[in-house]
Amino acid sequence: MTMIRSALASLFLAGLLVLPALRPADAQIPSDVLVVGQIAEPASMDPAVSTATNDFRILVNLYEGLVRYKPGTLEVEPALAESWTISEDGRVYEFKLRQGVTFHDGTPFDAEAVKFNFERMLDENHPAAATGPFPLAFFFSAVDKVEAVDPQTVRFTLKEAFAPFLSNLAYPTGLIVSPSAVTEKGQDYARNPVGTGPFRFVEWVGGQQVTIERNPDYWGEPARLQTVVFRPIADANTRAAEMLAGGIDVMVEVPPDALGQFSGSDFQVHEQAGPHLWFLILNTKEGPLKDKRVRQAVNYAIDKQAIADNILQGTAVPAKGPIAPAFEWAYDDAIQGYPHDPDKAKALLAEAGAEGAKLTFYVAESGSGMLDPVAIGTAIQADLAKVGLEAEIQTYEWNTYLANVNAGLGDKADMAEMAWMTNDPDTLPYLTLRTDALPENGGFNSGYYSNPELDRILDEARRESDQGKRGDLYRQAQQIIVEDAPWAFIAHWQQNAVTTAAVQGFALQPSFFLLLHDVSKQ
Amino acid sequence: MPAYVLGRLLALLPVLFGLSLIVFLIMALIPGDPAQAILGSYATPENVARINRDLGLDRSLPVQYLTWLGNVVTGDLGRSYSLNRPVLDEVLERFSATLILAGAALVLASVLGLLAGIVSAVYQYGLADKLVTFAVLIGISLPSFWLGLLLILLFAVRWRLLPVSGMYAIYGGGGFVDLLWHLVLPAITLAVVAAGVIARLTRSAMLEVLRQDFVRTARAKGVSELGVVFRHALKAAMVTVIPVIGIQAGFVLGGAVYIETVFQWPGIGRMLVDAIGTRDILLVQGGVLVVAASYVLFNLLADVVQRLLDPRIAA
Repeated sequence: MTMIRSALASLFLAGLLVLPALRPADAQIPSDVLVVGQIAEPASMDPAVSTATNDFRILVNLYEGLVRYKPGTLEVEPALAESWTISEDGRVYEFKLRQGVTFHDGTPFDAEAVKFNFERMLDENHPAAATGPFPLAFFFSAVDKVEAVDPQTVRFTLKEAFAPFLSNLAYPTGLIVSPSAVTEKGQDYARNPVGTGPFRFVEWVGGQQVTIERNPDYWGEPARLQTVVFRPIADANTRAAEMLAGGIDVMVEVPPDALGQFSGSDFQVHEQAGPHLWFLILNTKEGPLKDKRVRQAVNYAIDKQAIADNILQGTAVPAKGPIAPAFEWAYDDAIQGYPHDPDKAKALLAEAGAEGAKLTFYVAESGSGMLDPVAIGTAIQADLAKVGLEAEIQTYEWNTYLANVNAGLGDKADMAEMAWMTNDPDTLPYLTLRTDALPENGGFNSGYYSNPELDRILDEARRESDQGKRGDLYRQAQQIIVEDAPWAFIAHWQQNAVTTAAVQGFALQPSFFLLLHDVSKQ
Repeated sequence: MPAYVLGRLLALLPVLFGLSLIVFLIMALIPGDPAQAILGSYATPENVARINRDLGLDRSLPVQYLTWLGNVVTGDLGRSYSLNRPVLDEVLERFSATLILAGAALVLASVLGLLAGIVSAVYQYGLADKLVTFAVLIGISLPSFWLGLLLILLFAVRWRLLPVSGMYAIYGGGGFVDLLWHLVLPAITLAVVAAGVIARLTRSAMLEVLRQDFVRTARAKGVSELGVVFRHALKAAMVTVIPVIGIQAGFVLGGAVYIETVFQWPGIGRMLVDAIGTRDILLVQGGVLVVAASYVLFNLLADVVQRLLDPRIAA
């Protein structure tokens, strides 16, 4: 017996001694390498194929578009195009391209390359069309033809005036890929990207990392970091643990509950509100919410500040209307929206004779941009109960949820949670609030709101290429939408990130892109 | 024996066929489709139809299934739309990572489970037995994702002894030692439950064997106690324990789904969870087929070992 005991004991001791001896030397991340903790594996490195913010965070460092968002804003400024002119009728855009720009594979960037990029997405018979599908190609569906006037000049002719064209070009779907690389790699291009950006692609190891490095031949100021590694860390707790343990330098999308761990001087927390809106679609055709006063009462009843502060712990700000303040040039500062006022809500309900009305409330279990949908839904339910509205929650898995809601609320539901992130103030109201956007017409107007005056303003804003005048039209649109209350306006998400104190020059963008050109480490 | 193995291998074919049909039907039945997953808020009927056409999802279900089956027979598992690469490449890469993790966990669980079970049986009702029984109870009851997070917080964040996640270090990494180092926490987390089950079973098997006549005879012959326990009793007890280890291999593969998520291990479990979320049916099919085939093979291996240990079973 004692022999067994001593045999086991020595085995155990041996194990204890051997493990630390095997430990590899601490491998510090060098100061010119930045490791970014991402939320998921990217789907594709082809900007025409990608649809996810998670992918865009990498793409905007590899590629450039004709135009881009001015840092810190959602206003468009020159990038690969040095300048442009827009015809009187808003249909012809002519871009002068930057000279001496080459792709990472050494081929020149010119008007033919631009033509190739857009024809690949838009023409089903294009030789490289099989590298698709191109889910967001409809961003450019207004384009009738693209011509290379000369090597430095490219001309887009639109089917009709479409003012959001420029901001769509600044969106990742408009990033320019190398035609020769696409032709050579075919479908494998999605994992072998070649652009003109300050960084070039090195490798993508499935489930582990995407690595990019400084492009020494960049036309502008070269990037300051030598290498950037993007690691997919799907579990938020693990991502936070990696940050605390020094395994990553940057962590995006920090869960509200984890923010407190990064309050010390070793870390820096970054926040930036984006063009995001979290709202409730209200059924304006069937049920109690058909009455505008009941819809306004719902808006007054909900304590948006409490949702932003307590549930989302400061990772969102309350919304006052349909357009996010991040669209500075189109946002109406004067809008008061619906401050939390249960008494006013009760009064409106009494006036409408809708006290004690029962509401069916669709709630998503999760979903892109939906933040914490179940907790928010429950809070809203409680707020509504306080003014005497009885909301019954029905939850669905995200894909099922989208299918249900996008088909229209019909007589099945009175309200539904929804969230959108857009790059132009046109997108959200145009796709979701016009009469022509009813579900039966293939649009997202799931609450059947219809106001001919709003339809007219949105159409006009789309044709207006002067940004000042467009901004005025969107301000008018906001007044109408807030008054009619086809939605309950809840919150704008603030994107957040944590960096170690050593990371310099880091800033989040309203576009939610992660621009690493000027970032360095001490 | 070769005929037996061949027969079992042939029986694998209908299992895989049935499984692929079930997976295909389930994926077709659950609401939401790839186009919706790709487009998110932009999923207009028009956009959905366009993507479905591009992905070949506008064909009837039997046509889709038969096309897939025809390709599989020729070794082509199709192309993942959510990762934009051939399914086979992704599945093989991910499965090898899972095999490393699950293999390490299974070895760990077997060694720990056998040792604990033996100690428990040899010192029945003694302090060691009570301690082991208690530890086993705790191990079986702990939710493994919670245990994983706890180990990360203690060993990686607080004491900085081990890496938090991943399979290799981003910098200065690579190589066997680095792999081992990253393997410690996830393998332990994954092994705990299986070790508990194996320990329990080893204990009862050993108790039974230790009471038998041949053990008494061995002791009477003057065989050392170590020899009695390991050479005589354990060999007989293994006949009962081996099939359980084979079944545990299945549980370890299944448990890898959680563990891979917590530890960001680039294995097939996490791949499958992601693929189901994006409704990437070809990737799900490919992954399930490989996991199922390996599960059947593990059990076959266990059965073969059992037959070698105990010729009576084959007779």
